[in-house]
Formats: sequence, structure tokens, C-alpha cells
Amino acid sequence: MIELDKVAHSYGGGELLSGISLTLMPGSFHFLTGPSGAGKSTFLKLCYGELMPSAGHVQLFGRDVGAMSRDDVAHARRRIGVVHQDCQFLDHLPLAENVLLPLTVAGQDTGAEADNLIELLSWVGLARQAASRPPELSGGERQRAALARAVIMSPEVILADEPTGNVDWDMSLRLLQLLVELNRMGKTILIATHDLNLIRAAKAQVSARVLRIKDRRIQLAGADL
Amino acid sequence: MSPALIRLRSFLLGDGQADRVVPPTGFTVRLTLFTSAAMGFLAVFALALSLATGRLADRWSEALARTATVRISAPEGQMQAQTDAVIEVLRTTPGVVGARVLSVQEQRDLLAPWFGPDLPIDSLPLPQLVELRETGKGYDAEGLRLRLSAEAPGAVLDDHARWRRPLVRAADRLRLLGLVSIVLIGMTTAAMITLSANAALAANAKVIQVLRLVGARDVYIARAFVRRFTGRALQGAAAGTALAMLAVALLPGADTAGGFLTGLGFQGAGWLLPLLIPPLAGIVAFWATRAAAFRTLGEVT
Repeated sequence: MIELDKVAHSYGGGELLSGISLTLMPGSFHFLTGPSGAGKSTFLKLCYGELMPSAGHVQLFGRDVGAMSRDDVAHARRRIGVVHQDCQFLDHLPLAENVLLPLTVAGQDTGAEADNLIELLSWVGLARQAASRPPELSGGERQRAALARAVIMSPEVILADEPTGNVDWDMSLRLLQLLVELNRMGKTILIATHDLNLIRAAKAQVSARVLRIKDRRIQLAGADL
Repeated sequence: MSPALIRLRSFLLGDGQADRVVPPTGFTVRLTLFTSAAMGFLAVFALALSLATGRLADRWSEALARTATVRISAPEGQMQAQTDAVIEVLRTTPGVVGARVLSVQEQRDLLAPWFGPDLPIDSLPLPQLVELRETGKGYDAEGLRLRLSAEAPGAVLDDHARWRRPLVRAADRLRLLGLVSIVLIGMTTAAMITLSANAALAANAKVIQVLRLVGARDVYIARAFVRRFTGRALQGAAAGTALAMLAVALLPGADTAGGFLTGLGFQGAGWLLPLLIPPLAGIVAFWATRAAAFRTLGEVT
């Protein structure tokens, strides 16, 4: 599905990640942790082709990212749902259109998805905010909206970068619950977070591997988690 | 329908949803509209200039190339004899179709712009003018000069070539300058629209990033910008062209005494030529924006 083989990434003359090898198997649930600046976001960007490795290979759905055209990368991204910490919405469009954006850019008839959209917004608890614009939403609402947008195309993989970074603990648990539900539907989940409590809460509900970035390398986290 | 036609139809009809993903960018839109309108306006005048000078060059060439003048300066008693001699020489000169002596009234008309209509021409020692018309092949000017000097010593052949060539050359240059101006206007339009498109693309860097994140292909993102700028350039150029055509139509009409300035307009089918300016501006905007968009998108992963 997504496979990294001896991947390194350099930034500003220094190596941020080195010798990273990891395979995200279908239906797996991973946490990626580490201190701020360790390279968690960089790792995620490598996983969906926003960054290219300076060494090693990244394979998306069996194809080497380095050998893919820009259009191929765009098509691969439609199979990966990404939730950013800062959500990244188009502020001039209402929430409903933002959530439908992956379908819009894929040229699909979004009008036919009206029922699915309402169902999806209800699932994340945002049905009443469908007409609101992103700046009018709270941090938690924006995170849930980002999750809704990430899953609208029914992707095989969901990558979440600090999805609970801007929300309180109750909202964090609610978001986690949504991600666990998606995993139970067979989606592959990778969450980058430095919130160890969130990881502990997840491990009580789902079988998750916890990875830690330390000294530019990735390792399996210990029993302390 | 061929794939190219389908793409063109899709581009022209647009996609409401796709167009909405790029927010309206006020100042770049206004800049593009204004630039295209101004360039359309200037292009119409450059075209009018080019066509007018073209007509002028053709007219001068046509009118002057087939005629020449023999000027006879002789004492009053010999004027008629020398005039008859000149007519006889011209009648027997190969390449000369006909010759006629200009009447007193015609000579008065020629001098009227300088001395007024009441010039007492009869009392002035003016030379007699003889106009000759030549065949398409023309005549041997040097040979004719030699014969005239032998038969009518006071006759001088003026074949107009001396002052006709620089005039026609000047008119041709003006026509060329008009065409060069149109090309420069097109290039300036492209440059201005490229700058506007770059500004719009830079202002929408976040939008582009989000679109790439959710799987938009470069051509999808570029099309949203290209459609917008092409449409604005088309509208602006159409408005500028319409205004300029109105201004040209309101210029004073050409008449025989009007000369060059009053002839600075379009004639007949020439009025259709400015209608090409808006679509050409649209084509220029299309390629300029497309190039700018793909260049910018190439820098976004």
C-alpha cells in the first residue's frame, strides 16, 4: 500500500530522516510519535508524495513515487486521505463544498453525492454547519471537517498530522473514535502525534503499532506506551 | 466529436464548480480588464494607421507611377512652338500612351493652394505643363530627355521618381511600423497578463496547495486560472476595441483635400479587421496564463 525503503530526507543541508523503512499494510493502525521537529510531518509528506526522498524509495500502491508523473501522484493522492493539523481549507467556500472538494477535482458529479454528504457531515457532527465557511468554525469543528474531507473519496489510507493538536481532550477522544471507526471499516490509519494520552486511549480500543522517530530514525516504541 | 473539440467545448462552457475553487482576485482581474481594454484600444489605432498608410502608399504609387510631367520654360513667342514640338516628340515616343497640355484653369487649380483662387495666371511667366501617361512597360527616360533637349530646349522631363520613391518608402515604413506596433501591443498584453496571472497564482498559493493535497491535477488547477484570465482579457479587449472603433468612426470624413489624417479610418471590409483583436487578445491571454500557471505549479509538489 505505502512502502518506504531506506528512505532519507535532507532539509537545509542537514539530514532530517535517515534509513527509514516501513510498510503500511491494509487495515493497519499506526501511531507515529516523537518530539516536535523530529520529522513526523516530513515523514507523512513523504507518504503521500508531497516530498521526495533524498535517498531510498517510496512506493505508493506498488509504484515508485520518483518514477510517477505529477498526474500519477495526483491520482494516488485520491486514494489517500490527509488530515492536516491546520486543516487547509478554501476559506471562500462553504464547509459542504470544502468537504466535497476531492470529488470536485476528480471531476465527479457532486450533486449526486448530496445524500452521502449529509450522512458524512452527520457522522462527524457537522450537519448544521454545512453552509458555514471554515473561518466561522471552531478548532474541533475544523478538525472534524478535515476528517470528513479526507474520507469523502473513501480512500484506502488516512494520514493524520496532529489531528488533535488544536482541540480539547473530549474533542480529541471524539476524533479518535471516528478514526477507530474508519479503521474498523478496513481503512489503514497513520496518526502523527506527540499526545501520548491519545495513544494510550487508542490502544484500549484498537490494536495499534506505535512508532517513534528518534535520532533521525524510526523505531518501535517501548512498553512505556 | 474529436477529443480536441471536446476539450475546447469543455473549456468554453466551463465548469461552475471548478471555477469556484479559485477565489475571485479583485485587483488582478481589474488589472487584466484594464490592460486588455487599453491594448485593444491602441491596437485598433495601430491597425487603422497601418491600413491608412498602406492605402496612401498604394495610392501614391498607383497615381504617380503611370504619369510624368514635361515642364516647358520658353520666351512667350516660342512657347507654343516648343509645346507643339514636345507633343510631337511624346506622340512618337515608345512607351508613352498619351500626352496633353494642361489648361490654364488646371494650372490655376494647382497653384490655388499656395496663391489663392484669384491668381492672375495670365500675367505671370509660368512654364507650360504637359502631362504624359505611360504604358505598363514605361519609356526610356534618358532617351526622351535627349530628344526633348534637341527638339524643345526649354522642356524638362520630370518623371516624379525623385520625390515619389521617398514618399512611397516613407508610407511603406509607416505601414510596417503600424504592424510592428500591433505585434508589440500583443507582446505587451502577454507580459502584463503574465504578471497579473503570476500575482494571482502567488496570492492563491494556499489554494493551489490545498487542491494538490486533495488530488487535483495540474491541468485542472491551471484551467481554473486560464479560463478566468482568458475571459477577462476577451471582455477587456472587446470593450477597448468597441470604444476605439467608435472613436475612429467619429473621425472627420476623408475628402479630396483631407489628406492623410482624415483618411485615418477603416474602409469597407476593413471594418471587420478590428473584430479580430478581442479573440487574438483571448488567445494571447490563454497562452500567457497557461504558461505562467504551469511554471508556478511545477514548483509546487
